[in-house]
Amino acid sequence: MNAIEQSGRAYQELIKGIWKENPIFVSVLGMCPTLAVTNSAINGLAMGLATTFVLIGSSLLVSLMRKWIPKQVRITTYIVIIATFVSTVDLTLEAFFPKIHKELGAFIALIVVNCVILGRQEAFASKNPPWLSFLDALGMSVGFIIALLMLGGIREILGNGSFFDISLFGSHFEPWVIMILPPGGFLLLGFLLLFFNWLRAVRLDRAKLEAEKVKVQHG
Amino acid sequence: MGDLLWIFISALLINNFTLSSFLGICPFLGVSDRVDTALRMGLANIFVMLITAISAWALNTFVLIYAPYLRLISFIIVIASTVQFVEMVIKKFSPDLFKALGIFLPLITTNCAILGLALFQTTKEYGLVQSLFYALGGGGGMTLALVLMAGIREEARILDIPRVVHGTALSLIVAGILSMAFMGFAGLFSSK
Repeated sequence: MNAIEQSGRAYQELIKGIWKENPIFVSVLGMCPTLAVTNSAINGLAMGLATTFVLIGSSLLVSLMRKWIPKQVRITTYIVIIATFVSTVDLTLEAFFPKIHKELGAFIALIVVNCVILGRQEAFASKNPPWLSFLDALGMSVGFIIALLMLGGIREILGNGSFFDISLFGSHFEPWVIMILPPGGFLLLGFLLLFFNWLRAVRLDRAKLEAEKVKVQHG
Repeated sequence: MGDLLWIFISALLINNFTLSSFLGICPFLGVSDRVDTALRMGLANIFVMLITAISAWALNTFVLIYAPYLRLISFIIVIASTVQFVEMVIKKFSPDLFKALGIFLPLITTNCAILGLALFQTTKEYGLVQSLFYALGGGGGMTLALVLMAGIREEARILDIPRVVHGTALSLIVAGILSMAFMGFAGLFSSK
């Protein structure tokens, strides 16, 4: 592989997680933390950063150790590695950001069972060299953060009339309280997925139309 | 006794694991397209939760007071291996039960509801009996949500639904409406 091809591949691995294989909007993985903590933008961001640290750390470690991990116990090994990183994040947050730690509660610890992370270890880090795994983890994390911020932001704006605790609409705004309560999470993600489905369907129809036009011209 | 009943009802309806704490969403979206599968998944879930409650209680009481920072790792390893062990015992002694629940057990083992149960019971400082009632309520609540969802999805299959709504989007919107309905239970114990 020459240098240009290599950097092209690296770019692909980095970019795919952000939109094309977005862990939340496309693969629909890691639903529990996604829905539970996104009642405000800041909580979503904190969760996203915590997950980023765990994902990048464990991807690097798994990728470095991929030749020594026996196949039969690989899942257990991944989980132990992930759990170690999560414990680190959990204790660090508790020490330095007690307010955020309290608000996210058990969901920081529950990053362990976030299927996005285990999924990346099994599907990517266990088969690829460290630097590609790092890029893959970084891309996936950015995609995850974008999705969490989008959900958290919309829910906070509609349900509380603010964004990152800055009031947007003044005192006349009647907040949609339902949006920051559990049902709001389900409904918003449902409607977002619906919107993306619709977008994809429209694009597909258009592509089909173009193809037919080309066929008519040439036929 | 009233205390135990309160724990049970609260975990079953008011703080329903799936619909208000967002735990165990994966099986809720993945295994909820037929009522009988959903029911068996729910029962297997209750079963694993009871085992979890016992193991988490034992770990908390006997081991983790000496090393609290090992909580996450030890919870996961002990729960996963206990479930695997019990699975083998069931396979040996009751093949029928194994056939009904068996395929779901490995799926459930590292489900967030299970780890969530262990963590919540730790933060709430429940004793053994309280933990068991909590597990029963939580598992029952998840079963209820799963079966309700599966029932709705079975009906939805014969309806004329726009093409773009199918799949996860539909499930999530239905879940939102179910979750709203479950919010009504919050008034159940207003005098408390």
